[in-house]
Amino acid sequence: MLIAEGMPLLYLELAVGQRMRRGSIGAWKIISPYLCGVGVASVVVSFFLSMYYNVINAWAFWYLFHSFQDPLPWATCPLNSNRTGYEEECEKTSSTQYFWYRQTLNISPSLEASGNVQWEQALCLTLAWLVVYLCILRGTESTGKVVYVTASLPYCVLIIYLIRGLTLHGAVNGLVYMFTPKLEQLSNPKTWISAATQIFFSLGLGFGSLIAFASYNEPTNNCERHAIIVSLINSTTSIFASIVTFSIYGFKATFNYESCINKVILLLLNAFDLEEGSLTADNLNEMKDYLMATHPQEYAQLSPQLKNCSLEAELDTAVQGTGLAFIVYSEAIKNMEVPQLYSVLYFVMLLMLGIGSMLGNTAAILTPLTDSRVIATRFPKEVISGVVCFINCVIGLIFTMEAGNYWFDIFNDYAATLSLLLIVLVETIAVCYIYGIRRFEKDLYTMIGRKPNWYWKIMWAFASPLLIISLFIFYLTDYILTGTLQYQAWDATQGQLVTKDYPSYALAVIGLLVAASTMCIPLGALVTFIRKRLKRERVSTVA
Amino acid sequence: MMIIGLTICRISDVLLCNVTDRVSFWFVVTDSSQNMTTVPGSVVEAAIRMNRNRINSAFLLSDKTLQFLKITSTLSPPVEPSTPVWLIVFGVVLCLIVAGIVFLVVAGIQQRKKKNKESTERENLEEKGEVTVTVENGIPCEALDLKAGHINGVFAADDERFTSL
Repeated sequence: MLIAEGMPLLYLELAVGQRMRRGSIGAWKIISPYLCGVGVASVVVSFFLSMYYNVINAWAFWYLFHSFQDPLPWATCPLNSNRTGYEEECEKTSSTQYFWYRQTLNISPSLEASGNVQWEQALCLTLAWLVVYLCILRGTESTGKVVYVTASLPYCVLIIYLIRGLTLHGAVNGLVYMFTPKLEQLSNPKTWISAATQIFFSLGLGFGSLIAFASYNEPTNNCERHAIIVSLINSTTSIFASIVTFSIYGFKATFNYESCINKVILLLLNAFDLEEGSLTADNLNEMKDYLMATHPQEYAQLSPQLKNCSLEAELDTAVQGTGLAFIVYSEAIKNMEVPQLYSVLYFVMLLMLGIGSMLGNTAAILTPLTDSRVIATRFPKEVISGVVCFINCVIGLIFTMEAGNYWFDIFNDYAATLSLLLIVLVETIAVCYIYGIRRFEKDLYTMIGRKPNWYWKIMWAFASPLLIISLFIFYLTDYILTGTLQYQAWDATQGQLVTKDYPSYALAVIGLLVAASTMCIPLGALVTFIRKRLKRERVSTVA
Repeated sequence: MMIIGLTICRISDVLLCNVTDRVSFWFVVTDSSQNMTTVPGSVVEAAIRMNRNRINSAFLLSDKTLQFLKITSTLSPPVEPSTPVWLIVFGVVLCLIVAGIVFLVVAGIQQRKKKNKESTERENLEEKGEVTVTVENGIPCEALDLKAGHINGVFAADDERFTSL
């Protein structure tokens, strides 16, 4: 996936930006005036992304601020009103999930029940936008210096976590799980689709941020070498991070498995009044059979409460996205020694990564704005950045409402996926067939001094477009086959997620999100066509 | 010696029965001062509830390891400081960020004022013909540094740069 899709497309975008020396709108206008819609679509997608992405930073701030307590607030459940036990919702689920769903999000049972804006989250969101504003205030040149910190600090933290993670009890289980190839998963096409999509988003193709950043490069910069190095480093970092993740995962799974076994042992000891130490993890199965044989009645009464503890089941509870970052990791951290230190480190790392992504996004929005002479001459850079940040912050308050997380999931799943695929497809086809691959070759020759070899040309002209088209077809057929769209809602009474259907206005918003960015491309072509037509008529009437 | 309510009993007044493999036992407490009658269960329960800590520490155990059936332990609430900790940290970080923004904005304004003053000075000098400013096609060289140059129409090979419609 990396070789077939990631590297060629990254090289393409960097080269386009470096050659045209404009943000995404201007660059595509130069390639062909009918393609100004592509640039606009990129900016629209980046705008949607920046709206909802900073909420993640707000959550990271929230967790970070709460890490300075002993014990960590997500380590124990709060007590109920008469202090005889824990709160009911927290009993049904774990304390980390309770902290996430109740105390952080205060989530409502469904999308329709909007609820109020949570002022704590709104404060954290404002802070997150202020931080972003601080970093982009002086324009992209200053962003470059900030990125030195936001890019290198996560590596330090990852190394610390690697050392800590590998020395945790049970980490080996996670690593063994990670490296044993699961053939039935590999043969499932969905895995490969997810891999392709992941490469797409992790390299940031199609957002316009790559073009924007590349336009600030020196014209003779060797973008071919940079493209290869960046994509290789990106994938190596992913593997490195997944080693850390899986060792921590193995620790959490082993910890949960052992607590589960201990609970079963305690239950059996209490029920049958056995001697302490007679039941251990090793002889548990034989003792269970023995007890079932000798005291069948009591055992049958007890068996609904006896859970079958399994390490594989714990490891298989694969989570991704916000669930992984906030629930699973905080659960693993609370069981380590000196959890406050690891918690602070982890959430600082998460913040650095999140702010780094936000900087790329806002650069993608701001570069076309500052390039256009209409706006740039009237307002200074600081005011433009300030206005953009302010608008995004106000819209982002939607995600701090009680139902905000459901809206967040909508944006997360639908704002970027299809639109980006379409944008990158149009980009590749535009550069190869409309601009002409020979002209592009010549441009690259003037920039870096050598022509791209046959590998790049085949990738750009055939392989990547075909891959993207097949991804596109897959997503559309998947949507058509499943019919209606559903989401996971948190049910407080059961303490777990339940599936619900989206209401009609949510479906309308989803459609609007996808349409807003994809329609820009044909609309842009149409507008240019009409304008040329009008000019030609005017010219012909004058002549 | 155990103190239950206001009556003082001796260890020989505690009778055990139903001993099992597990370290667990039933017990009743008799009241020797009132002719060997057993102390009612509710009184014993109340006394244990009050003195749970002392009983636990006598056995070097805790609420989790020494369980009295039917007497649920009152869990101690977590310590809550008067101002939530997170607000304090939030306030600190907020002040730092706002200070940084104000500093950068003010510095930017000052820089722009200085540049304006310089350019008006240079214009005055140019009018007097004293300073030679290197120009290239009518654009001063400093302005060309903004984004590594614009596309110079002289060198673009005719219309080949722009795709024909």
